[in-house]
Amino acid sequence: MAEDPKRVRIVKRIAREFPDNALVNLGIGMPTMVADYLPPDKTILLHSENGFIGLGPQAEKGREDPDLVNAGGRPVTLVPGGCYFDSAMSFVIIRGGHVDVTVLGALEVDEEGNLANYMIPGKMVPGMGGAMDLVVGAKRVIIAMEHVNKNGQPKILPKCTLPLTARREVDLIVTDMAVIRVTQNGLVLEEIAEDTTVEEVVSKTAARLHLSPKITEF
Amino acid sequence: MKRICSPEEAVRNIHDGASLMIGGFMCCGQPLRLIDALLAQGSKGLTVICNDAGFPDRGVGKLIVAGRVKTLIASHIGLNAVAGAKMGSGELAVELVPQGTLAERIRCGGAGLGGVLTPTGLGTEVEKGKRTVKMEGATFLLEAPLRADFALVKANAADRYGNAFIAKSAKNFNAVMATAARHTIVEADELVAAGDLDPERVAVPGVFVNDIVQGGTHG
Repeated sequence: MAEDPKRVRIVKRIAREFPDNALVNLGIGMPTMVADYLPPDKTILLHSENGFIGLGPQAEKGREDPDLVNAGGRPVTLVPGGCYFDSAMSFVIIRGGHVDVTVLGALEVDEEGNLANYMIPGKMVPGMGGAMDLVVGAKRVIIAMEHVNKNGQPKILPKCTLPLTARREVDLIVTDMAVIRVTQNGLVLEEIAEDTTVEEVVSKTAARLHLSPKITEF
Repeated sequence: MKRICSPEEAVRNIHDGASLMIGGFMCCGQPLRLIDALLAQGSKGLTVICNDAGFPDRGVGKLIVAGRVKTLIASHIGLNAVAGAKMGSGELAVELVPQGTLAERIRCGGAGLGGVLTPTGLGTEVEKGKRTVKMEGATFLLEAPLRADFALVKANAADRYGNAFIAKSAKNFNAVMATAARHTIVEADELVAAGDLDPERVAVPGVFVNDIVQGGTHG
């Protein structure tokens, strides 16, 4: 399956955010793709909330181990330096602030860094899984999402309308159009994609955007 | 020494309305034989505490599809459309719990503690109807311990003292659930002689275990 170039742009940009020796947890869906673009010059370990550090590539066909799956239930591998633990320990690691960065998708994000990504009342109620703990516990929360929804409506809002996953925890929003930092004074537009303009980003963002004095391209 | 029995014998005393903790994460490390035996045994009105609702045709999801579960306490039900539909129709009561809170509430129940103070869920639907507590300047949500009548746990190997080894990511909720039930049943792929299980590799100390079922390997 050919990868959507918009998504590739998002996950490549996010992969640049990880410091050397970071412990990172990637959510299901687009965030999982970040694993394919990790910087080769850095040591980065991935945490899988179902019970290990050192998440490696998907298992080859015929070499799957039913006891080793990722948080999406897919057979995976463990890289050298990895280790296993139970769910209670896994969330000691998450909630205790030992995960450096988590990357998650979003339905809505707002000016205060509030995040809604786990349910649409009456339509989609899958449950929060580990997302609420991850967003509260990880040192840094990066959102990977398309700038607007399927109907072209903004997903970055003055105030989230859907039930929240967590309050004031988002640090950075990376979309196919922009990189936006969440600060105490609101959202700051720091980078725009090479095929867009500041005006277009602003017009497709419902929240108020402060413009960084030095907006760069990515 | 613990009782070694068949899956059918092990689930015989699980009564209508019983509360059950069932290990596993999307069926990885799930005691599938015990679940099948329980399905055949027929108890209903069950309260099931499990990470997720599984799949409609596999593991804990089958109990939900068969209408045996009255209340489900889980972190995720998205891969079992039947669970979602039954929740919508009111046939199944679902309490959605953040995964880390679920693990810690169970640990709390097993450890004889009175509650968990967690920052997870503050300012969300999870906070509704719960007390918040201030500790050292920060606010936490007070979450109640979870205990159950039975725990159904999967292991790769167990000895006759109930000590169990659980491989890799199959440990998930199995290890902690074994501590929090009145009666814990371990389904082990392999039953080994005392002394054959490396004591360094025991994930579930035998003290928590009542019955052992030899399951044999299954996918």
